[in-house]
Amino acid sequence: MSELLSRVQESNERNTKQSSKRSTQQNVEPQRTNDLQIRHVSKNYAQPGGNLEVLADIELDVAAGEFVSVVGASGCGKSTLLRLIAGLDAEFDGTIRLDGQTVAGTSLARGIVFQEHRLFPWLNVEQNIGVALRNSGLDAAQKRLAIAEHIELVGLGGFEHAYAHQLSGGMAQRVAIARGLVNRPSVLLLDEPFGALDALTRSRLQGELQRIWARERITMVLVTHDVEEAVFLGDRVVVMQPRPGRVKRVVDVPMARPRNRSDPEFIRIRDDVLREFAEPGGAADASL
Amino acid sequence: MAHAADFELTPPAIDADRAGHTKPTRTPTSTSTSTSTSTAPRRWRGAVLPLLALAVWWGVSATDISRSGLLVSPQQVVHTGIEQIASGALWRALSASLARELTGFALGTAGGLVLGGLLGFSRLAERVLGPSFNTFKQISLFAWIPLISVWFGLGDAAKVVFLSLAALLPVVAHVSDGIRNVSPELLEVARVYRYTRWQVVVRVVLPAALPSVFTGIYLALIYSWLATLGAEYLLVAGSGIGNMLIDGSEQFRMDLVLFGIVVIGIVGWALNASARLLERRLFAHRSR
Repeated sequence: MSELLSRVQESNERNTKQSSKRSTQQNVEPQRTNDLQIRHVSKNYAQPGGNLEVLADIELDVAAGEFVSVVGASGCGKSTLLRLIAGLDAEFDGTIRLDGQTVAGTSLARGIVFQEHRLFPWLNVEQNIGVALRNSGLDAAQKRLAIAEHIELVGLGGFEHAYAHQLSGGMAQRVAIARGLVNRPSVLLLDEPFGALDALTRSRLQGELQRIWARERITMVLVTHDVEEAVFLGDRVVVMQPRPGRVKRVVDVPMARPRNRSDPEFIRIRDDVLREFAEPGGAADASL
Repeated sequence: MAHAADFELTPPAIDADRAGHTKPTRTPTSTSTSTSTSTAPRRWRGAVLPLLALAVWWGVSATDISRSGLLVSPQQVVHTGIEQIASGALWRALSASLARELTGFALGTAGGLVLGGLLGFSRLAERVLGPSFNTFKQISLFAWIPLISVWFGLGDAAKVVFLSLAALLPVVAHVSDGIRNVSPELLEVARVYRYTRWQVVVRVVLPAALPSVFTGIYLALIYSWLATLGAEYLLVAGSGIGNMLIDGSEQFRMDLVLFGIVVIGIVGWALNASARLLERRLFAHRSR
């Protein structure tokens, strides 16, 4: 497995095509290789009623291998921030850098999982994961191997040939996670990936995601409106506030994994984060 | 609410999701087909009315209520049918009609694919041709018959032009709609994985539009068959199943007319059934 992973990693590096640029960057900042830097990021929407400030001066560093949760009420711009990092939206002020390189457009080094699974209905599980590898530069045998490993990773062995409509919501989202990971990206962005699932499936998949992250050590940024989910998964929880979208507070979660939701320390941190939403001016509709 | 629907639609999938992902004992495809089994009696309910009508017809013609010649007995229709088949008259008429039908269908569909593709893919074409096409669509096909008969006469050429027009309209409408209605979420997935323009067209837009394209072609097949009869009634020259009906009516031979109607019904049903069968084969794995 690890042998293939390193091969995939190599090919990803080939794909970024700017390894020379990277090495000069590394000379400037030798310690910070695989990290994500968000500097003075602001975004405005021109609206009929005036200018809407979606994001105001966001500053955030995510270290390589770190799991950061971004939590906030709807409308605080957290999903917009994720789309900027993904490169799906280039209209913003400030800079976002990954691995020393400024983000411009999408890249296979930045995977994303959306709230909806967004699987292609005419492809089966295997082929849907293969969608991510089409431009990866791997040969057919490497692709097959990578797909098989990631199906195993998300626990869908036996469902390789099932189509999206034959899968439950939770299983479809597992496929979406496998598709996001199969390129071995430097960072995996998760945009409320469990938001549309029922409570039981959601908590199950949160556990699965924690296991996958602990095993793969890929940097992950999770956007959610669920405080418990944010605390359960994150090394740090970034609390965002709406109008304009900005970072209110960053809470550390110095707890070992796997975490237990009934651990007093877990409850203390969760309540601490929840208090941010109870205060006047904060959004009261943060769900739990 | 959405979850409740999920439970009903894919029970085996949900089970697997809950039960800790041990290897599924049944494949998802085999389990998802476990729908209704005892619908056989229900299927024959549709035959009740026609059989009843046949019995009444038989009874009425047997009891000598009407001797006007407007009503012939079923036996006589069957007899005429056997005669028409044996003499080869039916086959000549039917093959002439079907040849025209298929020629018009093929020409109209081919033109419709090109024009629909143009309208779907090109904004410019949509802006320049779209309004004209939408206006053109509103004009009843039969309104063109006088013009067609002046330009192309009453023979095969005129009929094929008319049939092509009948087949063209639904194909254009469904192809362009299918292409334009490709989900933006799936297009975004293609962007995330850096699909080229060509890859987006071939790997996302065309497969996504395919069911709609097929619906257009299916309608073209039905419309062109209906138009075949219209053309044979209105552009009276040469042979065909429609001409057979006209001859029967002119010679006051109701048996011939009724036999013709039965044949037309059977052909229409066969076209419809074969298209449905093909559709089911092609899109068996899709939910919608």
